[in-house]
Amino acid sequence: MTYIRKPKIDLPGQKTNEIGLLRRDYEGVLSTLCAGCGHDSITAAIVQAFWELSIPPEKVAKLSGIGCSSKTPAYFLSGAHGFNSVHGRMPSVATGAQAGNRDLVCIGISGDGDSLSIGFGQFGHAVRRNLNMLYIIENNGVYGLTKGQFSAAADPGSKSKKGEVNQWKNIDAVTMALSLGGSFVARSFSGDRDQLVTLIKAGVTHPGCAVLDVVSPCVTFNDHVGSTKSYAYTREHYHAIQEADYVPASTEIKISYAGGECRIVELHGGSKLVLKKADNDYDPSSRSGALRYVEQHRSRGEVVTGLLFINEYLPEMHDIYGTTTTALTEIGFDQLNPGSAALAKLQERMR
Amino acid sequence: MSESRINNFDLKIATVNGTGSASANGLLMKALFRMGVPVAGKNLFPSNIQGLPTWYEIRANHKGYMSRSGRVDVMVAMNAQTYKQDLAEVSPGGFLVYDATWPRERELNRDDITVLGVPLAKMCNEHFTGARIRILMKNIAYVGVLAALMNIERDILRALLEETFASKPKLIEGNLKALGLGYDYASANFTCPLPVRAERMGDNSKHILIDGNTAAGLGCVFAGATVGAWYPITPSTSLMDGFKAYCEMFRKDEQTGKNNFCIIQAEDELAAAGMVLGANWVGARAFTPTSGPGISLMSEFIGFAYYAEIPSVFFDVQRVGPSTGMPTRTQQCDVMLCAYASHGDTRHPLLFPANPSECFEMAVTAFDLSEQLQTPVFVLSDLDIGMNDWMVPELQWDDNYQPNRGKVLRATEVEALEKFYRYLDKDGDGIAARTYPGDHPKGAYFVRGSGHNSFGAYTENADEYKDVVDRLLVKWETAKTLVPAAVLTESRQPGKIGIIAYGSSDGAVVEALDRLAELDIHADYLRVRAFPFGEEVTRFLQHHETVFVVEQNRDAQLRSLLVLETNTNSAKLIPVLHYNGMPIPSHCVVEGLCKYLQVENAA
Repeated sequence: MTYIRKPKIDLPGQKTNEIGLLRRDYEGVLSTLCAGCGHDSITAAIVQAFWELSIPPEKVAKLSGIGCSSKTPAYFLSGAHGFNSVHGRMPSVATGAQAGNRDLVCIGISGDGDSLSIGFGQFGHAVRRNLNMLYIIENNGVYGLTKGQFSAAADPGSKSKKGEVNQWKNIDAVTMALSLGGSFVARSFSGDRDQLVTLIKAGVTHPGCAVLDVVSPCVTFNDHVGSTKSYAYTREHYHAIQEADYVPASTEIKISYAGGECRIVELHGGSKLVLKKADNDYDPSSRSGALRYVEQHRSRGEVVTGLLFINEYLPEMHDIYGTTTTALTEIGFDQLNPGSAALAKLQERMR
Repeated sequence: MSESRINNFDLKIATVNGTGSASANGLLMKALFRMGVPVAGKNLFPSNIQGLPTWYEIRANHKGYMSRSGRVDVMVAMNAQTYKQDLAEVSPGGFLVYDATWPRERELNRDDITVLGVPLAKMCNEHFTGARIRILMKNIAYVGVLAALMNIERDILRALLEETFASKPKLIEGNLKALGLGYDYASANFTCPLPVRAERMGDNSKHILIDGNTAAGLGCVFAGATVGAWYPITPSTSLMDGFKAYCEMFRKDEQTGKNNFCIIQAEDELAAAGMVLGANWVGARAFTPTSGPGISLMSEFIGFAYYAEIPSVFFDVQRVGPSTGMPTRTQQCDVMLCAYASHGDTRHPLLFPANPSECFEMAVTAFDLSEQLQTPVFVLSDLDIGMNDWMVPELQWDDNYQPNRGKVLRATEVEALEKFYRYLDKDGDGIAARTYPGDHPKGAYFVRGSGHNSFGAYTENADEYKDVVDRLLVKWETAKTLVPAAVLTESRQPGKIGIIAYGSSDGAVVEALDRLAELDIHADYLRVRAFPFGEEVTRFLQHHETVFVVEQNRDAQLRSLLVLETNTNSAKLIPVLHYNGMPIPSHCVVEGLCKYLQVENAA
């Protein structure tokens, strides 16, 4: 990885968002990933989503672990503080960041190795605490930086570039997050930009841990015939359960949505998610239904994408702890320190 | 031994874990304290919930010696399982109290001590109903026996029981009855008081009884720490218990009742360390309490924090290693581990509190240092300090104190800059300014454990890499001027012999210095309070021909650090080591010096 500054080019006719920023204000340095890497598409979707949401970049904390996926926070939101942590430990750093300053918009970027092998435990506990963050797993089924070993997300029977067949049962981020009681579970594909942007926006707005597993093919080590995480395989087998639209709080819902074929999910702060063309009337508020649906399609070799489950009412970490709504970093020392009189009084009991 | 045993004795109580003897022992300790006698209590307990042997030692000493003496003047042998061992441990001329409800094995006897049988179980069975109550009252009954034998004031014991059970007045009556049973039996059957006894002495009203973990937890509250992340591990657990209790007391928002703090029980120590880094990164004061095994697990993040320069405070309440070791026994065995924790070239400031007062003070110092230096700081306490009851001068707080947050640029300062570079040292002290997430887009930077240059950007460039790690050494030099200085105690006859100790070994050295002076061995004593070592440590090493380094580990770890980090001839550093898991007794120091100096130790 080298550091290449990305030229800021002013193009005529660029639009500004509600806070007067251009799309390029949400970009980062130039990506050094392989040309055609799925991760770059996800980065582009993040840039688009944050720009559309008009979030001030400095209010965002972007965090990652180790691996190809974890390099990407450098490639978006250069105005946001970033934290490229150690392998598999992004969730704990995010937990501490959220604990200290709950006003930060947290986005964590991880990979299948980072979250489903070395960081499996921390992934599970971030979901369990319902930590208020968007948790993206850029899932390509292989270790890229160490040159193509299978990850725990690789499907059984999937073939490596060298021809080796994976014998191990895969760990699926989506079913894990569902069974751990996650409040927002979604899957997408790096090749489906519209769906990805919408799910990122919904996940950022969701007041809890939004897990977004994104199939993101590795063009160098896992895009061949026999791989189940290649562009070709995913395009052929992916199955979007709904078409989703993110409607900001300030916008009225179009009449065409109101015909009963849509499901409207209220998000934090008045924004809404409109889910159209639900497959068999798919109900994203049913955890067991989601698990059954994902499993049925998996057994047919299909990759289900879309918003699989949401419960926007589950309490997040600070709700459970009863933390004050003010960010702890903003509380003055005079309020934190009990003072000498209190200390003297306390010690009366220690004699 | 002709020395008077009035306000100068060691009382040891042998019981079974889980029988509720802790409150009875605490009662004895507090009663002596209120009589104005300097006391120290040591709980020698098993890694067990119920059923294994446990001991409690109280040392009462008019001179204020706090370490173990190695003597047992009065033994209360309540555990049949350890009776033989307990009997053997009593010093000649001492006394042993046992429960005479059951016959004692005849062959177990000693002519050089006095054995006193009290039918404790029998008396309690006659006067109380219910198995649990009988067991608990038996403990209070031995307190009554000792009150009569050792002249511990009954009025004070009564007042303490009334305070303890103020909210459950029904229990007071039973407890007073049990106390009376023991007291009356001893008064009627033995010559009371014994020559080994207490007498009302000075005034302890400017002192308190506290353990180091509670004091450290309280220190974190006073330091303004808002985030605590931890994974339960003996013997550090009560530190977070203390922090939590005082947060509940002092940190509830008056209007909303919400918490002005966040305590997270992590899934493991790795996560606890990550949380501490995350919280400090956003500008909160955050810490984790742990013990040696936790430090091993946290090491990856510790190296990260060192290289990425993130403040973070680690309390290592040391226990016996290696591996799981003996979790309920004490050692000073993590000095080397913490000094250089993590892979690559790393080094970290360490603080060595010697007692609970310093746990309180150094908790505050640790946060200030960590933020000034933007690096992990370790407070190396141990089980002896952390979990035992110590008598210390009342804790003091200066209301003018303001936390030293180090070099931080907030939004307006960042705004005024043309450009912000995270790792650019402008002052020459090795410390660059940091910014907080959420403040200003111009202050944004990317924290990484991978190679980075002075501007905060990723690098694999040889010179740029060296720039940063060399600056960290400049920072290390700055650290030497900021850490608490070592404390020098000069002997009345300054000579060529020096002693260096730290942490909980202090008490043993302080007492040993007096004993050694009686043997005409006069040593200057330097108590090291921090790593890196300040120039006063180097000077002390230079000015003494022989320096004994007293510590509680097998491998003389502080001695190794002194050899590595100062320009000292290792031959003149003589290790005096105690590492069996019990707190170091003063005679170990006396014997260590006598042996090396070939002086006969008459004591």
